[in-house]
Amino acid sequence: MTTPVLSIRNLSVEIPTRGGVVKPVDGVSYDIAKGEILGVVGESGAGKSMAGNAVIGLLNPPAHISAGEIWLNGTRIDPLQGEAMRRLRGKEIGMIFQDPLTSLNPLLTIGDQLAETILTHLPVSRSEAEKRAVAALEEVGIPGAAERIDSYPHEFSGGMRQRVVIALALCAEPSLVIADEPTTALDVSVQAQIIALLKRLCRERGTAVMLITHDMGVIAETADRVAVMYAGRLAELGDVRDVLTAPQHPYTHGLMASTPLASLGQRRLHQIPGSMPRLTQMPDGCAFHPRCPQAQDKCRQAPSPDLADGRASCWFPMMAEAAE
Amino acid sequence: MAETSIPLSTKEHDKGRWQRFRESDFFYAFKRSPVAIVSFAVVALLVLAAVFAPLIAPTNPFDPASLNLMNGFTPPMEPNAFTQESFLMGTDDQGRDVFSTILYGMRISLFVGISAVLFAMVLGIVLGLVSGYFGGWTETIIMRIADVQLTFPSILVAMLIFGVAKGFTPVEYRDQMAIWVLILAIGLSDWVQFARVVRGATLVEKSKDYVAAARLIGRSPWAIMIRHILPNAMSPVLVIATISLALAIIAEATLSFLGVGAPPTQPSLGTLIRIGQGFLFSGEWWILFFPACTLLGLALSVNLLGDWLRDALNPRLR
Repeated sequence: MTTPVLSIRNLSVEIPTRGGVVKPVDGVSYDIAKGEILGVVGESGAGKSMAGNAVIGLLNPPAHISAGEIWLNGTRIDPLQGEAMRRLRGKEIGMIFQDPLTSLNPLLTIGDQLAETILTHLPVSRSEAEKRAVAALEEVGIPGAAERIDSYPHEFSGGMRQRVVIALALCAEPSLVIADEPTTALDVSVQAQIIALLKRLCRERGTAVMLITHDMGVIAETADRVAVMYAGRLAELGDVRDVLTAPQHPYTHGLMASTPLASLGQRRLHQIPGSMPRLTQMPDGCAFHPRCPQAQDKCRQAPSPDLADGRASCWFPMMAEAAE
Repeated sequence: MAETSIPLSTKEHDKGRWQRFRESDFFYAFKRSPVAIVSFAVVALLVLAAVFAPLIAPTNPFDPASLNLMNGFTPPMEPNAFTQESFLMGTDDQGRDVFSTILYGMRISLFVGISAVLFAMVLGIVLGLVSGYFGGWTETIIMRIADVQLTFPSILVAMLIFGVAKGFTPVEYRDQMAIWVLILAIGLSDWVQFARVVRGATLVEKSKDYVAAARLIGRSPWAIMIRHILPNAMSPVLVIATISLALAIIAEATLSFLGVGAPPTQPSLGTLIRIGQGFLFSGEWWILFFPACTLLGLALSVNLLGDWLRDALNPRLR
């Protein structure tokens, strides 16, 4: 088996607070192979963005990695400091942020911003960098790229700006792109275009993608594999088709059941009772057991099992027939 | 992608800088504000008069050879009883033309004011960026110093710094160094508000994704601060700089009026006012009146300009 582009092993992130240490990410492990798109889903506060931030090394203090390893193309990157870390992560990882309004500097032309990224990481001249910037804009489908290169971010619409952000993330030819809710701030009609664009470009270049979202629809359309997170832990990890059609973890099952389907003509949407526990008040045993319809004594006492043993982190995974 | 390239009818980048400026919101707001136009005209006139003082002034008031003691105390626009010479704004006790001394005095006032503001601005920007970006102990120390300094009136701080710095200057250099010491004193008393505003703006910008993106691609903290954060924090700094300029000119005049500022060999407007007030009650009103009016006009127009700038650069008030 070839080395995965990104490999996270038992990653934990801790934040010391007055009420004790909280773990927004708790023992998470997953791999992303070359050219693969891994969808990371979960509700707000499930730790999906926090895990992404840990990978790019932009955790805001006092949050810090307390345990685990992060490997990028066979190099362990979590202990790297200072210059080495900046160079490596910046070269190998591209980031697409949620809000295209704030992810571009309003006072620099997009050409300048693209050239800055290219010049920082690739050994090319200024004029070559500008040529590449135009090419990058053409690739993401900006009409009249050569003219628009001197435009400022405010002269673009939201969807166009997100295209520029994608160009910016890909222009230094990274091996991994982390897209943190790339379509949340966009108009519904534009979302599909952006997702399709991201998918196409990453397929062409063999770029691995970590797609963080809470939109199951986006995952279903885009991802190869999906990681479902709940309260900082990985609830389920597997092939997107398997997970979505035959979820094994009761949480995933509940999520799928609460997806509105026009064809079913439901009166009321299914919902999972209760809400995610606060990180300072985590229940004993499995974090999901207070909301789980099939919780048993074992779930209340023992923390949910590691994923290494199966697809879902659950003592009593739902089998295909049970998930009917 | 096979999208057709739409020809852009108005290509922003084909226009020159001047044309873009003329079409900007900023210039539009300026054209529509009579106060801004008038105060800008007054400031421009006074600055030009100061810069070209040697060409405009009828006499060089600091060249003893050109002075005639017989001309002393000549009232404005009246021929002198002995020499029959007439002066636009009269003369002082030494026979110096008041109009010329104002022109030369304004040079000192403006030079000290602008230099002090630039000094305060650079210092405040650097300290504000550093404390906002790095936070932690650096921020605590810098901002507590700022807080302590704010508890004293700035003129008091300036006098203190002026006194201490003067104490360290050798006696023979004191007159020469007085101007620079004055700039240092006013600048040091004024950096706090720049630092506070820049720190606040830095905190806002730091949390935006483009800064995270710049960090991710591996730019150094200084490159991020200078290239990405500072330009986005510049508009409030410009407003404060303009209003500070008026305050710095007044601070300089106050110090000189109190006798601790510009030396008599290089009199600023404040020095002229100090000299003039001695003659006010003996009837020679013009020696005080004209320098005071100039100071008032200068400080007021700079202030009004700063006021307008604050409104014009504030997107919420547009």
